[in-house]
Amino acid sequence: MARTMTGAEMVIKAMADQGVEFVFGYPGGAVLPIYDELAQQEKVKHVLVRQEGGAVHAAEGYARSTGKVGVVLVTSGPGATNAVTGLTDALMDSIPIVCFTGQVPTHLIGSDAFQECDTVGITRSCTKHNYLVKSVDDLARVLHEAFYVARTGRPGPVVVDIPKDVQFASGPYVGPSNIKHKTYTPRVKPEMAHVREAVELLAHAKRPIFYTGGGVINSGPKASQLLREFVRLTGFPITSTLMGLGAYPASDKQWLGMLGMHGTYEANMAMHDCDVMLCVGARFDDRITGRLDAFSPGSKRIHIDIDPSSVNKNTRADVGIIGDCGYVLEEMLKVWRETVPQVDRNAHKGWWKQIEAWRGRRSLAYKNSPDYIMPQYAIERLYEKTKDRDVYITTEVGQHQMWAAQFFKFEEPNRWMTSGGLGTMGYGLPAAVGTQIAHPKSLVIDIAGDASILMNIQEMSTAVQYRLPVKVFILNNQYMGMVRQWQQLLHGNRYSESYTEALPDFVKLADAYGGKGLRCEKPGDLDATIDEMIAYNGPVIVDCRVSALANCFPMIPSGKAHNEMIMGEDVSDETVATAIDKAGKSLV
Amino acid sequence: MPQTQKQSHYPDPGIKQDVVSRTLSVLVDNEPGVLARVIGLFSGRGYNIDSLTVTETEHEKHVSRITIMTRGTPAVIEQIKHQLERMVPVHRVADLTLLGETLECELALIKVAGKGEKRIESLRLAEIYGAKVIDASTEHFVFQVTGGSPEIERFIKIMTELGLVEVSRTGIAAMARGAKGL
Repeated sequence: MARTMTGAEMVIKAMADQGVEFVFGYPGGAVLPIYDELAQQEKVKHVLVRQEGGAVHAAEGYARSTGKVGVVLVTSGPGATNAVTGLTDALMDSIPIVCFTGQVPTHLIGSDAFQECDTVGITRSCTKHNYLVKSVDDLARVLHEAFYVARTGRPGPVVVDIPKDVQFASGPYVGPSNIKHKTYTPRVKPEMAHVREAVELLAHAKRPIFYTGGGVINSGPKASQLLREFVRLTGFPITSTLMGLGAYPASDKQWLGMLGMHGTYEANMAMHDCDVMLCVGARFDDRITGRLDAFSPGSKRIHIDIDPSSVNKNTRADVGIIGDCGYVLEEMLKVWRETVPQVDRNAHKGWWKQIEAWRGRRSLAYKNSPDYIMPQYAIERLYEKTKDRDVYITTEVGQHQMWAAQFFKFEEPNRWMTSGGLGTMGYGLPAAVGTQIAHPKSLVIDIAGDASILMNIQEMSTAVQYRLPVKVFILNNQYMGMVRQWQQLLHGNRYSESYTEALPDFVKLADAYGGKGLRCEKPGDLDATIDEMIAYNGPVIVDCRVSALANCFPMIPSGKAHNEMIMGEDVSDETVATAIDKAGKSLV
Repeated sequence: MPQTQKQSHYPDPGIKQDVVSRTLSVLVDNEPGVLARVIGLFSGRGYNIDSLTVTETEHEKHVSRITIMTRGTPAVIEQIKHQLERMVPVHRVADLTLLGETLECELALIKVAGKGEKRIESLRLAEIYGAKVIDASTEHFVFQVTGGSPEIERFIKIMTELGLVEVSRTGIAAMARGAKGL
């Protein structure tokens, strides 16, 4: 039967009943009753961040690396508005988050009270769903619904805004099993006719390709297993989006590397020339497709997505399959095995020969130097030195992120935490904190840039407080490298505000926070620095001074097609300056 | 400039699709903010609203019916429906235009002021259009007229010449013909 308790108690009880172990948050006036309850129990542990934005990214890192819902607790007004970027980030990348926000008492709502803001209004368009709970009688139901909505279907962030008087008021608490949602029941199992149609298309493909995304990771480890089985069974090539890295092992010979704007030549060319494309849990984002009217012109496309609005949104799908990737892949495998299709081996041989020729271009090649550290080389060494360890990688946003995606090879899902859709600088360090909380014994590295890291550097303090041995590996070129790269491409090499004149001394900064700082300036010292970083049992910042003007290639410039990539080898000032025409310049 | 259009990353504007008008019935839980959610979707994603009508229609279940007239290419209309369907408080989205002939009706209040011949003429025309007089003085009438939007448009247009002061319209309520409900 329903037990009577206060709203604040319900929040904690609901978290415990939902299996929440950690909540990332920051206290304030409008959530004090909940913090008071938090302190009087031991089931749910609180991680005190240094800014609410950090709390959401930490919860994202936690969620992405475990597959569980990430939980956030912040106060009203600025607490809620600081969380907005993280919520938007989670919405774009489909990360399950439940964010509890305090609110001024119900009788003060609308009076411009101290630390009041229209939280549900502000977060309506950056959450999957949100609630303002005006009566304690509704609270228990809403709390459990929030978790259900966050993790079901296409995952996403859910905000529950709880006025302070509701936290104090007493009402009936019901457990999660008694809650059933009236309207929200997303479809997870596919229409079998569509599955058969898709298998039929694949069976007759001459130049097939798998194009997979974050949906495979979200579906859980089983989906990655099924994907691997299916890819190996068919012998088809596979590429993935930034968000999907790790679902398929990068060491496998059928793996073509990442596709899209900074994807490999072979992946993009194969996408362009394929005749059947199987898209699994990706959404034909503009960073993937390049110029849409020239995107994979001769292909039939099968699109598997749990969100019906993703299918036919940017490009036409010949077969749209609505469902959870895991279920759909399972059914496809079954049908494939039952029908034992007679595939065109000769055509596939020719297709692979073509792909190998593209691979032969070695699109990720760069010119190394004995005198200064090339950023690509730094990532390669970091990978070599950590690949046999239990390692999780987070990143900030920019060139370093793309180099990490290109040069760090992921073998397993949930090992790669990055801000894809929103492109949030400052994501990596808090995400590393959240990841390390979930995996205290693992090696967690934030591959960072010198500009991004400063956006949430305060979370070093969190890492120190909880003795989280996160490693921040900064590729320091003193530029906002990706901004500069675009200024070179688009704006005649005029570096407007993309050079940071007064960077902090990162080594001293690490010291000041109570961590360890290391600096590396020569390629020869790289391995030793990485060893020292790993060996230190505590938070480390590595200030890795890299070649200042290195750029990230290959690249599909804005407004160009997959077969119009700029390669690192043929980059001159001339090609860079004329790579994007007038129309492309207006694109982002 | 066709050259410019070719360069776009975004859904190819070069492919010409006709803009169609659709009437959607959206059944939603009547919870706070649900209308803001629906409208926010339209404004946030750049869709059009030509008419919007909303009220609770099933009180015991707290279900409201939102009737939206919108315009867009078939691809945009499909997106609108899917985007609405995935909202948590949405029960169902029905494209009435696809369900065959639709009954569409709205109500308008029309205030007309004037004296003499024009005043008599407005009353005579109101009778022809089946409008009811719901308020009157020696100097004005308020007519209440119901019917299809084109009919109401015509009535308003005529009244413009006869001393139209102001108009208030409900927007369209719509339903599919036949015995079956949504």
